Amino acid sequence: MTTAAVKVPTFDCRKAFAEELIALAREDDRIVAVCNDSVGSSNLTGFRDEFPDRLINVGIAEQDLVGVGAGLANGGMIPFVSAASPFLTGRALEQIKADVAYSRAKVVLCGQSPGMAYGELGPTHHSIEDLSWMRAVADLPIVVPADPAQTRAAVRWAAANDGPSFLRIGRHPVPAVHPEGTEFVPGKAIRLTDGDDLAVVATGTMVSRALEAAEILRAEGIGLRVLNVAYVEPLDTDAVLQAASGTRGVITAEEATTTGGLGAAVATLLAENAPTRMRILGIHREFAPTGSTDFLLDHFGLSTAGIVAAARELA
Amino acid sequence: MSTLTADPVPAGAYNSARRERAAADPASLVPALQELARKVRTSDIRMINRAQLGHIGGDFSVTDILATLYGAVLSVDPLDPAAPERDRFILSKGHSAGALYSTLAHCGFFPLSELNTFAQPLSALNGHPNRVKVPGVETNTGPLGHGFPVAVGHALAAKLQGSSRRTFVVMGDGELQEGSNWEAAMTASHYALENLTAVVDRNRLQQGARTEDTKQLEPLADKWAAFGFEVRTVDGHDITQLLQAFSGSTTGKPVAVIADTIKGKGVSFIEDRVEWHHKVPTAQQVEDALKELNQ
Ligand SMILES: Cc1ncc(C[n+]2csc(CCOP(=O)(O)OP(=O)(O)O)c2C)c(N)n1
Repeated sequence: MTTAAVKVPTFDCRKAFAEELIALAREDDRIVAVCNDSVGSSNLTGFRDEFPDRLINVGIAEQDLVGVGAGLANGGMIPFVSAASPFLTGRALEQIKADVAYSRAKVVLCGQSPGMAYGELGPTHHSIEDLSWMRAVADLPIVVPADPAQTRAAVRWAAANDGPSFLRIGRHPVPAVHPEGTEFVPGKAIRLTDGDDLAVVATGTMVSRALEAAEILRAEGIGLRVLNVAYVEPLDTDAVLQAASGTRGVITAEEATTTGGLGAAVATLLAENAPTRMRILGIHREFAPTGSTDFLLDHFGLSTAGIVAAARELA
Repeated sequence: MSTLTADPVPAGAYNSARRERAAADPASLVPALQELARKVRTSDIRMINRAQLGHIGGDFSVTDILATLYGAVLSVDPLDPAAPERDRFILSKGHSAGALYSTLAHCGFFPLSELNTFAQPLSALNGHPNRVKVPGVETNTGPLGHGFPVAVGHALAAKLQGSSRRTFVVMGDGELQEGSNWEAAMTASHYALENLTAVVDRNRLQQGARTEDTKQLEPLADKWAAFGFEVRTVDGHDITQLLQAFSGSTTGKPVAVIADTIKGKGVSFIEDRVEWHHKVPTAQQVEDALKELNQ
């Protein structure tokens, strides 16, 4: 374990997102960024300065935002449509369904600051339903990067992918769990540790917490296999089935409501193919009290300690 | 979960005599309403510094509007905040919760000391208004473009019940870019909701830039008129003009008040600067601001 004095550096994934988008835009003039008065909060100031004509700000108008994005895509551009995730996914859900996914418009939907990132701003601003809402839409790959390197890889992949996608870009600082230039295999979960007592299937901010939990539990003789499921949809079914058969139980962890998100996806898969003891960590159909991001993650058992406790129960 | 209860009502903060006076002799009320606005700004900036979060610019642009409404126009009772016949007020630009909380506290809806808990763990006061936890708040806002349709529903309910109660809603000018507002405007004029007053806090700034550079709103008065509203354009910091503008429809149409305001009004180094949309003042800046506010 690292001593308390050694602080692991953490990163805001929006920064990696913005840098990679600018790099892409230099290579390909079809790349445009579309936002909703969110130039600053989507970290697009640098993009705007370098490509003023290719930053389209539709103002505070999310349905318009996604519709315009679909039109840009059909017109031959590659739009990265970026807004705070609760408003992008919630307000424009039908545009996402009809104009983007069903229409196969190659729009990259970038949900910024998801989960509890806007802690004290309250439940209207907590984006915990976005994963379930997006999972309910057919033909829409969902990518939730766990760190900056994976964010960069996801941006590259989305720009090259033949169809729409949803990227969930975290604001809450996370440590690096993958090396820069990490290999990128769409649709594949990444196995980060090899324990064979229990598996943690985690996504986004929960991945580094799962790794911390694995380290703590190792000292107690419990081996945790940590899977980073950045590709929530389509789910890497092989990796999840292997994790279930190779261990005595599966814990899922997501900074989102458990109704229809990663935990639900894993549970459905296992129930149909390999019934497994499970703990599903997330927010169970509840609006959060007031508090900071860290306070709320602890409150909902989404801290390292929460994962450790769930693992001890299941071990 | 904490729910708030009221302090005893500050003497004279609320009564129908005051509203009658506002109608008969508005000038006599102006000093008291200005004083209420000053207190609201003072508590608000302290609260934002303590919480290290808030939206000071939009709070200060809407403060005189809130003070006028709560101090002299709305028929509401802090001791019975859910009285069925109360007037309804909705702050659609919910990020200005600080100004609303501060106004409600100064008008006796809950203890002033509660403002110290703003944004603290388990407080009733999170960064956006909450109808379930905070007495006097009529609906949950924060995502822009929600308040006006809800206000239209309140006004329709009053009409269906044959009630004379009134509904007021305040929207940001940037917020008007949300299409839901124009859908609501059509509903309001279709149902001739003369009991409804929609106020636009026209401070010409939004989150990232000026409204007219982001997505043009002008000609704004013509838009409201074309949607079937009686339009009144006023100085949103002139309480006499505001009292006049809130006096009710003269044409049987819903009223749109375009209140020309200054974002950050009252503190020179905050006024009309986009970065103060959600910048947090330092302790020194709070001191400097209080000096200006107390002049
Ligand atoms: C649907 C939605 N989209 C985006 C935001 C983020 N946001 C919060 S305040 C704001 C700017 C609001 O500008 P305006 O309505 O003019 O308010 P004011 O300038 O008076 O503060 C934005 C974009 C939001 N709260 N809701």
